[in-house]
Amino acid sequence: MLKNITMGQYYPVDSRVHRLDPRMKLLFAIVFIVCVFLAHSFVGYVLLFGFLCLACHLSNVPFRMLLKSLRPLRWIIIITFLLNLFFSQGEDVWISFWIIRITREAFLQALFYSLRLVFLVAGTSLLTLTTSPIALSDGIEILLSPLKVIHFPAHELAMMMTIALRFIPTLLEETDKIMKAQMARGADFESGNLLSRAKAMVPLLVPLFVSAFRRAGDLALAMESRCYHGGEGRTRLRVLKIGRDDWIAALIVALLLVLIILEGIFLKGVLF
Amino acid sequence: MSIEVRHLTHTYSEGSAVQVVALSDVSFTVEDGEFLGIIGHTGSGKSTLVQHLNGLLKPSSGQILIDGQDLNGEHVNRRALRQRIGLVFQYPEYQLFEETVAKDIAFGPKNQGLSPEEIEERVRYAMDCVHLDYEKYAERSPFELSGGQMRRAAIAGVLAMRPSVLILDEPTAGLDPRGRDRILSMLEELHAREKVTILMVSHSMDDMARLATRLLVIQEGKLLASGTPREIFAREDMMLSAGLGVPAASRLCRALRERGFDLPDDLFRPEELKEHLLRLWKESGRPGASKEGSGC
Repeated sequence: MLKNITMGQYYPVDSRVHRLDPRMKLLFAIVFIVCVFLAHSFVGYVLLFGFLCLACHLSNVPFRMLLKSLRPLRWIIIITFLLNLFFSQGEDVWISFWIIRITREAFLQALFYSLRLVFLVAGTSLLTLTTSPIALSDGIEILLSPLKVIHFPAHELAMMMTIALRFIPTLLEETDKIMKAQMARGADFESGNLLSRAKAMVPLLVPLFVSAFRRAGDLALAMESRCYHGGEGRTRLRVLKIGRDDWIAALIVALLLVLIILEGIFLKGVLF
Repeated sequence: MSIEVRHLTHTYSEGSAVQVVALSDVSFTVEDGEFLGIIGHTGSGKSTLVQHLNGLLKPSSGQILIDGQDLNGEHVNRRALRQRIGLVFQYPEYQLFEETVAKDIAFGPKNQGLSPEEIEERVRYAMDCVHLDYEKYAERSPFELSGGQMRRAAIAGVLAMRPSVLILDEPTAGLDPRGRDRILSMLEELHAREKVTILMVSHSMDDMARLATRLLVIQEGKLLASGTPREIFAREDMMLSAGLGVPAASRLCRALRERGFDLPDDLFRPEELKEHLLRLWKESGRPGASKEGSGC
């Protein structure tokens, strides 16, 4: 049944990584991304890989879940690799015949560029695998709140995200119900060409939109009758606290950043 | 047409951590021309059960035989079957989508591939069945109607396919007493006049007392009891333990019996209780009381 699909890709187990403050985890993810772009040598990539393995191990998320998150990008990664392999310039020629010319430099560049993509996706996936969507939007709200000075609607943005996430399962359930109701009236969603299939969606989409608007109206009314008036002066149900684990994690991430910067200074241009 | 359910079991999300057994080993037969009521507490599996009867859900195990043929067999045209077994979902007004009431009701017959004249005829028939005036409502937008009218228009959308069996899942939920009464008298008429076999899911015992010729009681996915309303409602203890109840007339009758009134123990309709009470009133030696007491 549609109702039971998992929300986002959150992997609901308990671990030290899951319990980290979402604000900190967001910051860690940003620092990690910076590190991925700063790394220029083999040593740097080994460091990044080691960090990912450590985080994955501590989070109790099976490694295959991380690999699964890479699947949608596999073609982009492969194409990046091939383009860099065939079209980068270099001195040390390995293979050369007809128009194909593969150099050592091109190979390494191709390898590193695709690894960079892999690390970026894996690192951010680890964030969404270990942080529930609600915690994530809480974290985003707080991280964006300094921008309120320039009238950036941080609270409203986070509230919109939370509501949208909350209604995904509800609307899926609704879709399932309307689909069945129309099938009971002889609707056919499965056969026919593209045009007739698109037409067959009308009896599904119209009631779905009508009910989405109705729900939105009801929700707005319910929020207003509970005196919701935006983020100003609003206290939270779950107050986020930075604990010991957060500081330890921050130290590890800081260490990674320092090492990557040092690597950039001393090993620049040294690929192996 | 006959429907036979054999050892039906349904498990949601089988094999995963969140699996739920919604129905287990349910067997019964729907006789031609009967008005079968399915009652059970919220979450007892009633809605899951009716969705099996026209092939929208597939059983985890067991069979549904329509005129002796397995509904989930390989060479069965389920789409055609669904038009012979009409299913009205809970809150069917949320499935309305067309610009006009007539067009919406025509959706089912159109899917059957009927001619425009035939479709028009079906729409008129269906609107007549649900007591919506064709001249007045056919060209109105379904979204302008009142809640009760919307529901009747949605039911007409199923009736327009002229099903020989009509299944309704909580057709009166969320309606005011007048809207409820209209739906019920409409069903009563449909059953009596058009000889449609009706299956109705409800947890209103009073609705069931008024309409059903036979009842199935479902508790936690199992068939707890089946029988005529008289047999079922006489077993008040069983009904209470299933989280249900008995019709108001049964409750009143029982309370009066406990106070020493000479009444049969299986009354469940307000009309028959009234008759017995009037008889007692006359017998109690108060001549002329029937004239004075005509308002009771």
